[in-house]
Amino acid sequence: MYDFQFARPTSLDEAVKALSAEDAQALGGGQTLIPTLKQRLAAPEVLVSLTGIRELRFVRRDGDTLRVGGTATHGMVAREAAAEFPGLAGMAVRIGDPAVRNRGTIGGSLANNDPSACYPAAVLAANATVVTNSREIAADEFFDGMFTTALDEGEIITEVRFPIPERANYQKFEQPASHFALVGVMVAKHADGVRVGVTGASEDGVFRWTEAEDALSGNYAPEAVDGLTVSADGMIGDLHGTPEYRAHLVKVLTKRAVAAS
Amino acid sequence: MTKVSMTVNGKAVSGEVEGRTLLATFLREDLHLTGTHIGCDTSQCGACVVHVDGQAVKACTMFAAEAEGAEVTTIEGIAAADGTMSPVQKAFQEHHGLQCGFCTPGMVMSAHALLAENPDPSEAEIREYLQGNICRCTGYHNIVKAIAAAAAEMRPVAAE
Amino acid sequence: MPKDFGIGASSKRREDVRFLTGKGRYTDDINLQGQLHGYFVRSEVAHGMLKRVATEAAAAMPGVHRVFTAADLESAGGLPCGWQITDRFGNPMHEPKHPVLAEGKVRHVGEPIAFVVADTVEQARDAAEAVEVEIEDLPPVLDMKAAVSGDGPLVHDEVPANLCFDWGFVEDNRDAVDEAIRNAPHVTTLELVNNRLVANPMEPRVAIADFDASTGDHTLYLTSQNPHLIRLLMGAFVLGIPEHKLRVVAPDVGGAFGSKIFLYNEEVACMFASIQLRRPVKWASTRSEAFVSDKHGRDHVTKIELALDDDGTFLALRTDTLANLGAYLSTIGSVTPTYLHGTLMAGNYKTPLIYVNVRTVFTNTVPVDAYRGAGRPEATYQLERVIDKAARELGIDPIELRRRNFVQPEDFPYATPVAVEYDTGDYGAVLDKLIEIADLAGFEARRKQSEANGLLRGLGVNTYIEACGIAPSNLVGQLGARAGFYDSATVRVNATGGLVVMAGTKAHGQGHETTFAQVVAEMIGIDETMIEVVQGDTAHTPMGMGSSGSRSIAVGGSAVVRATEKIINKAKKIAAHLMEAAEADVDLADGTFTVAGTDKTVAWGDVCLAAYVPHNYPLEDLEPGLEETAFYDPANFTFPAGAYACEVEIDPETGKVRIDRFAAADDFGNVINPMIVEGQVHGGIAQGIGQALLENCAYDENGQLISASYMDYAMPRASDLPMYVVDHSCQTPCTHNPLGVKGCGEAGAIGSPPAVVNAVLDALNSGGHKVDHIDMPVSPSRVWQAMQG
Repeated sequence: MYDFQFARPTSLDEAVKALSAEDAQALGGGQTLIPTLKQRLAAPEVLVSLTGIRELRFVRRDGDTLRVGGTATHGMVAREAAAEFPGLAGMAVRIGDPAVRNRGTIGGSLANNDPSACYPAAVLAANATVVTNSREIAADEFFDGMFTTALDEGEIITEVRFPIPERANYQKFEQPASHFALVGVMVAKHADGVRVGVTGASEDGVFRWTEAEDALSGNYAPEAVDGLTVSADGMIGDLHGTPEYRAHLVKVLTKRAVAAS
Repeated sequence: MTKVSMTVNGKAVSGEVEGRTLLATFLREDLHLTGTHIGCDTSQCGACVVHVDGQAVKACTMFAAEAEGAEVTTIEGIAAADGTMSPVQKAFQEHHGLQCGFCTPGMVMSAHALLAENPDPSEAEIREYLQGNICRCTGYHNIVKAIAAAAAEMRPVAAE
Repeated sequence: MPKDFGIGASSKRREDVRFLTGKGRYTDDINLQGQLHGYFVRSEVAHGMLKRVATEAAAAMPGVHRVFTAADLESAGGLPCGWQITDRFGNPMHEPKHPVLAEGKVRHVGEPIAFVVADTVEQARDAAEAVEVEIEDLPPVLDMKAAVSGDGPLVHDEVPANLCFDWGFVEDNRDAVDEAIRNAPHVTTLELVNNRLVANPMEPRVAIADFDASTGDHTLYLTSQNPHLIRLLMGAFVLGIPEHKLRVVAPDVGGAFGSKIFLYNEEVACMFASIQLRRPVKWASTRSEAFVSDKHGRDHVTKIELALDDDGTFLALRTDTLANLGAYLSTIGSVTPTYLHGTLMAGNYKTPLIYVNVRTVFTNTVPVDAYRGAGRPEATYQLERVIDKAARELGIDPIELRRRNFVQPEDFPYATPVAVEYDTGDYGAVLDKLIEIADLAGFEARRKQSEANGLLRGLGVNTYIEACGIAPSNLVGQLGARAGFYDSATVRVNATGGLVVMAGTKAHGQGHETTFAQVVAEMIGIDETMIEVVQGDTAHTPMGMGSSGSRSIAVGGSAVVRATEKIINKAKKIAAHLMEAAEADVDLADGTFTVAGTDKTVAWGDVCLAAYVPHNYPLEDLEPGLEETAFYDPANFTFPAGAYACEVEIDPETGKVRIDRFAAADDFGNVINPMIVEGQVHGGIAQGIGQALLENCAYDENGQLISASYMDYAMPRASDLPMYVVDHSCQTPCTHNPLGVKGCGEAGAIGSPPAVVNAVLDALNSGGHKVDHIDMPVSPSRVWQAMQG
């Protein structure tokens, strides 16, 4: 990889300052960024590691909300959210592998917005709020097509606030090689309706399957989506599945998530 | 160059590294701990798994500078000081859980991490935990057997 | 009681302690004083004219010592192919030059164009980006059928229709086979793809070349299965280094599966650079580089036709295969799809007439060569698939159909219509054993249970045969081999009774240090710990052809036996002298020499001491010392065989296939270390399941490799695989080697793909579904697609 300066701030203020430098880039757990750097697909001048900021490393319940700090690892969420929000913990425990989960962070995953990552589906389905060093961003405003988000340059995800749904479940159908989501569906039943977040499937990145949400809000049962079809238009087609296959899986996994929630 | 200091296998070490120096590179090239292997460049194979502050991580997907102040354990630090192998290491030999040996250090490190979290894993839990450790030789059968046997060996005998 | 030492004992591996404690010594663990690092500039396009390679800017970058291109390598030869195939019409194959660095043209993504040598690998990589490469794109040759049509682009201008050769086997059978198929009551036809794979040993390739100008010695540390073969090829054919001045050392090798047999561009470039720069030069492949530079495997498209009688008797078999060679002929790329493939088309059956046609095709892809099984998996897969299809068409139980056509125990030795002679076997017994260990009697109940859970269950059962123990040199010489395929061992006994076996083979995970010691321990009757095994260093071992093709125990092990026999014969002479007895009366058992009919004894150690301290020694008749070398050239191939059963469960909603049960019954003849043998079978099965379900090396329409990392090339993980039930108790010992062994390294990878795919098809033809054909890998999306009709 290209060389860079390594900064490891211990406070948010220091991190914000470090990221204001020319060609500075934030480093979360690095589980996606480091392989990218190895391929020389990125060339930051300064890499600002956020994992030394202890104040961003937490998982805690606050009333009806689960608050997850920006540098909380997937492993922390899998363990520490299990009692409060099992649907989210069940999602986190399926990301990558144990060693990846010990490093990878929620902030890193969301800021990267890989179209096959798991977290974006959870954030959309749970209707979470992404909190940064400068503002709060609603889930529906955060994702902006694959690898693109509403984050500004140098903006740091400090926390994600998940309203805890009544019921939720994440179903992941793994791409056989990477074990990323070929399709992943998170269904969350809230007091005011159902939200369905879909990852892995669309060329536009994570999305909400609103027809299913409407159907499930009326009747929260797997059969509720029987009559719906997902269009293959705009779905990803690659070595591992056609657009039609992915569209089909969206429906299958949605039903399974409802049944399992 | 940045100065890093950490504890590796119980010994305090330090060195000058570039920002881009991976923990795996630091261990292999600077500390000559060549048991940590590099088998891929996409964080998939797990030949480089070490423990950092007690947790399994991929040393090829972490910068040396990120391990500043950390307690690092590598495969070279798993056997007792007198050379007695750990129950996991012994079980791998007993059950033929290795062939070429290249993935083995990562497998052993992951197995120890698993058993620290879950002293009595089922076959399915063992297989699931090895998601990030690829072995091309054994077909995993004997690795799974070895880890299950090590778990049985390491579990405290239940009080009657 | 299982034995606790020697032949037949599951001795624990002596290799393990170093591997388990991080003390293994792999090539990348070696760093030489003053070492430089190399990095290759590789082609990013599949096919194009190389218009310009400008290295000046790169050469001026920090730390850079030299940038090499093809122009620097004019004195070097191309990489040779070790086997000349003669085509159907009696013509030699086309052998276009395989340059070390691209000359004039680039022919696959990943082909090395320039080699940058610098103080550090990052400096070399930085400078590689500064090498200016100008390529004029040409349309890539990718699809084999289009490639041989004759009106498309050419990979090599001198090779018409991209056809390296058109091979018929046995050509004299061609008309008779055609006629038999024309007149047969039933012909089952199947077209299938044997998917391209990447071997993917977990240790990537590494080379360190070290030229010492003061002595003229060249040393190459290399991830190799066969250091002597590399020495011969690099020294004699490419760089012109005399063999006595070239030493090739293969330290611990982290898996290979065929991919580390071959002479590669990269090690040649390292040695050339070391000679030029007078410094050691190291190159270590990344996994990403490995995908575009390690030789790939398989990649056949086949039409197979099986003619049967109404009662299911096989009458004739005809195959028409296009085999992908990639862009260049690799070291044994010509023999893998021909003699290692066509000779196995009889399988375990008495098909009287067989004709195999293989056309080998150059394409703009990574060169293709041997990968675990090498030709034999391709043969087994097509044969066992077409038999299942025939069984469905004729309404005969597929197991019964196979049994009806087996070569029977009384038929051995059995000469097949494809030019080999099976020495021993009992295919019915192996199948019976499989039926027992796989609990096939319980299948229908399990199927009902799966159906109750909404899943489709299928069963696939097949047999396989392979040819190992490669190879009788006089036979393969007639077939075009440019080398002999004997192997060798030197046994050196020390004065204190311990001994060293120096083997011509080179294990890369198979545990020969343990197994070979067991053989010698058994023969002499001493403890295994008294025996050291040295391998993988041309300076310390006799000329051997290395470890590949499941040959190590059958050929290398036989050489160990022969050398040990020589040791024992000489030791008996010494013992006879010491005991004042006739040599013919001296026996050796449990490490003690005795004289028949007396109570005289002399211990092994005393004889060894006498050999080196010959104070009381028959010096007039015998030289002192105790060291012998044997070369062993086999009289025939060996023919391991087996029967495999796979049960799958398919989720009809997603198409996901789960392997629920897998059983393998193998006949390997005698077995030296059952634990190691079972491990070999496990690993082979995992690779076979990998091919059947997961692995697919795919190119896009521009010749870019899509599956270029573990993100897209699906390596089998622990959670993809079941526990295996394996058995090797049916043993018909090989009749022509001293150990009666057949070899076990490739069996699992050969026998398992058809079992998996036949099981999937069985499932997809249950519960009212009907699917006629599916190609590997049987991925969820393909299964789902097939179910949609």
